[in-house]
Amino acid sequence: MRFAFDSVLKASAQLVWHKEPELPPETRAVVLPGGFSYGDYLRCGAMAQYSPVMAAVRRFADAGGPVLGVCNGFQVLCETGLLPGALLRNQNLHFGCEFVDLRVERASPPFTSRTAAGQVLRIPIKNGEGAYFAAPRELERLEANGQVVLRYCDESGAVGEASNPNGSVANIAGITNERGNVFGLMPHPEHAVEAAIGGTDGLFLLGSLVDAVRAAGSL
Amino acid sequence: MSEYREPVVDLALAREHGLTDEEYARIVEILGRTPSFPELGIFSVMWSEHCSYKSSKKYLKKLPTQGAHVLHGPGENAGVVDIGDGLAAVFKMESHNHPSFIAPVQGAATGVGGILRDVFTMGARPVANLDSLRFGPLDQPLHQYLLAGVVEGVGSYGNAVGVATVGGETQFHPCYAGNILVNAFNLGIIETDKIFLARASGVGNPVIYVGSKTGRDGIHGASLLASAEFDAESEAKLPTVQVGDPFTEKCLIEACLELMATDAVVGIQDMGAAGLTCSSFEMASLSGTGIALDLDAVPQRETGMIPYELLLSESQERMLLVAQAGREEEVAEIFRRWDLDVAVVGRVTDDGRMRIQWKGETVVDIPVDPVAKSSPELDRPVARPADLGERQKLDHASIAPEEDFEAALRELLGSPNLCSKEWIYRQYDQLVQGDSAIRPGGDAALIRVRGRDGEPTAKGLAMAVDCNPRWCWLDPHVGAMAAVAEAARNVACTGARPLALTNCLNFGNPERPEIMWEFAEATRGISDAARALETPVVSGNVSFYNETSGRAIYPTPTIAVVGLLENWQRHAVSHFPQSGLSIVLFGESREELGGSEWLAQRRGLEAGLPPAVDLAHEKRLHGLLAAGVARELIRSAHDVSDGGLAVALAECAFTGPERVGATVRLPGTIRPDALLFGESTGRVIATTSDANALIELAKQSGVPAERIGETGGARLSVGPVEGDSWLDVEVASLCECWRDAIPRRLGES
Repeated sequence: MRFAFDSVLKASAQLVWHKEPELPPETRAVVLPGGFSYGDYLRCGAMAQYSPVMAAVRRFADAGGPVLGVCNGFQVLCETGLLPGALLRNQNLHFGCEFVDLRVERASPPFTSRTAAGQVLRIPIKNGEGAYFAAPRELERLEANGQVVLRYCDESGAVGEASNPNGSVANIAGITNERGNVFGLMPHPEHAVEAAIGGTDGLFLLGSLVDAVRAAGSL
Repeated sequence: MSEYREPVVDLALAREHGLTDEEYARIVEILGRTPSFPELGIFSVMWSEHCSYKSSKKYLKKLPTQGAHVLHGPGENAGVVDIGDGLAAVFKMESHNHPSFIAPVQGAATGVGGILRDVFTMGARPVANLDSLRFGPLDQPLHQYLLAGVVEGVGSYGNAVGVATVGGETQFHPCYAGNILVNAFNLGIIETDKIFLARASGVGNPVIYVGSKTGRDGIHGASLLASAEFDAESEAKLPTVQVGDPFTEKCLIEACLELMATDAVVGIQDMGAAGLTCSSFEMASLSGTGIALDLDAVPQRETGMIPYELLLSESQERMLLVAQAGREEEVAEIFRRWDLDVAVVGRVTDDGRMRIQWKGETVVDIPVDPVAKSSPELDRPVARPADLGERQKLDHASIAPEEDFEAALRELLGSPNLCSKEWIYRQYDQLVQGDSAIRPGGDAALIRVRGRDGEPTAKGLAMAVDCNPRWCWLDPHVGAMAAVAEAARNVACTGARPLALTNCLNFGNPERPEIMWEFAEATRGISDAARALETPVVSGNVSFYNETSGRAIYPTPTIAVVGLLENWQRHAVSHFPQSGLSIVLFGESREELGGSEWLAQRRGLEAGLPPAVDLAHEKRLHGLLAAGVARELIRSAHDVSDGGLAVALAECAFTGPERVGATVRLPGTIRPDALLFGESTGRVIATTSDANALIELAKQSGVPAERIGETGGARLSVGPVEGDSWLDVEVASLCECWRDAIPRRLGES
């Protein structure tokens, strides 16, 4: 993730230790990367929500700052309550690592400005608990507010049972909060930032965030 | 000595510990007295087959271990091979067969954890895993359960620590029905001036324990479990299997690498088999020093642990290190930051003795070297198996010719050994760290190498693991040569130059002369091939006693070869990349059906001599592949192995992102089934847009090469130069029987 932002997108990403009580003062966007925080023990993301830095992340999000959560980062955001819903065990009960097609449902800053609605992105997933779930009422709200940003689809962009890799409700791969400044997704855009390794579709997403931060006048 | 009472040590107790009468007599002689209970435990693990290599030493000594690129060979935690520009590849493979049979998820997981520690102990950042797995027949519920558990275990550990699993192999055979094989390989990258070894030098330096607390798990895990064969009581050995904690391992990796960036560390060793005992003895022995340990300082998970347990526990995710005196607080600070236990448990001494205190009393006081260095070396009796001649007997004329080539191809492609392993590798994170240039499913995996600054370099490392146990059973010398040749060929198919190898030598009970003969022959084969191909053996592991109730596995010396590509972006893939390319076959197809998949599956016969291995040809082939890929003459290259030419062509057609058919016309006068399904070694299917130039290059390299067809269309058509096709099938339908063969058998598709 750091490589994608630093070396590919030439933005200056900085690692922040999870025990820090505050984010660096110059923070313009926060990214919670994937990767088995606390070993996924108890429940994915359940322990990381209590990491000291998460209180600062919450304050940052509440103030309108952009927060991106990828995979375990998405799970942490759901556990923290910054995003609605939960990530459940994959329907087939197996961890799954594969490239999937994603249809962009909303193309807007700060996370998808480089995309067009309906565009299909090819980005890998790799998780064991990636089945997005929201209760029917919540789901209705998400759909009505346009909070669903990415859905699993086939190559042509068609969304259906066959293109759902993990049993996510409504094929949801990524959502934002109501305000639109917190975005969580299970696929890993940082694994699709170079033509020769994984392709470059991930840059549509990560690049959008860099654009938004640059437009806001920093970096 | 407090309230606990030790058992009386005598010959009977020594025997219970797996020691022979002669070994016990030697212990008494070394000490000049009867050993204490913990001392007996120490000798029994240090002299166990697993830790001492007593049966295999004689043969391992003969393996070629030196080479221009070899920085460290066997004897260290892992082999280290120079890859230029101040960087080196660190790698090793290790077995976790017995634990995985008893508790598949934890057994496999801790196998991965152990091999990771061997690599990062040296200061390397682990970057890639491979796994070589062997099970009994996939239609047996037990083996479906073992497969699912082992794959989950490998995945759960590798995924969570953030190391990509980029390749491997999986086979099924009745000989593994009572004894599965789980061989885990890891490769790390290191800076050549920052290599750490297992040393305990500098009298007065602190001996520091870091990582997880010590519990009662895994006592005698490696030493007893891996040093005796299975019987009906094996499930009672469950408590000897360790439990893995990948999150702690991840923290341990980061903390150790952070510490190693300072100059506070003198030496470091992971606590693997036989835990605290093995690590402290090895470090002291390699440095010619002694160690004084205080067991009360060891972080403990349970109360009431006795010295015997503390010394022999195989609790996972623990390391022992020796630091510069006066730097203790600096070391502790790093580990505390990562929420890991850290404690000074002893000091380096100059008297060559291991002196261990517990509750103010000396419970162990023994000289280091006689335990670590003078462990027994056996020259076990060797005898050619009486039925070997019978196994090797095969009259080609008596084998009924194949009457339906398409049916044969479909059957082979859909068989558990040759089918797609996607169901397995889908469960592994193949991408983490972002450097997987060729992911699982190709001939070899290819990873991009990062440099000192964490930025990508131009270099790539290719790696593959292989063995054909049936061939090894028919002729262990040829079979082992073939395993080295195939792994190296797979690596060479990417365009990489094979550099070195590591191995896992899985065999039956060494106390049986015919098993020892197999071992001797196989190691001779590895030596011959490693010398000829200039791929020295830089690390490895021996796993004996792979048998249940007297029935041994086929000899299975798995070989992993690592190769270097100077420019990773210029590599060949294994599938047909596009239509309109010429297909060129390197090597010769001979009438060799002995030991083939076709013979086993279509004729129910495991017999004959395995195909001949021409090592000089293999070496020339490596040169040709490297040159062809570097000049961009070779677009794809795929090794012809299990299932022969027909299976290899089908794989070329459907394993790429797009399916690409082909029309192939094979010259030759041998019987068509041998041409299609025979497994002559030293062959590669390459594609090129300039067949003449490639064939000319092959000629210069001294490698037989022929243009056999071209890519294109949706069908795979294979036939003789003149006459009707033997096969003309839609690629998509071939792919179908290959792709879902495992989930279909597991009832998951």
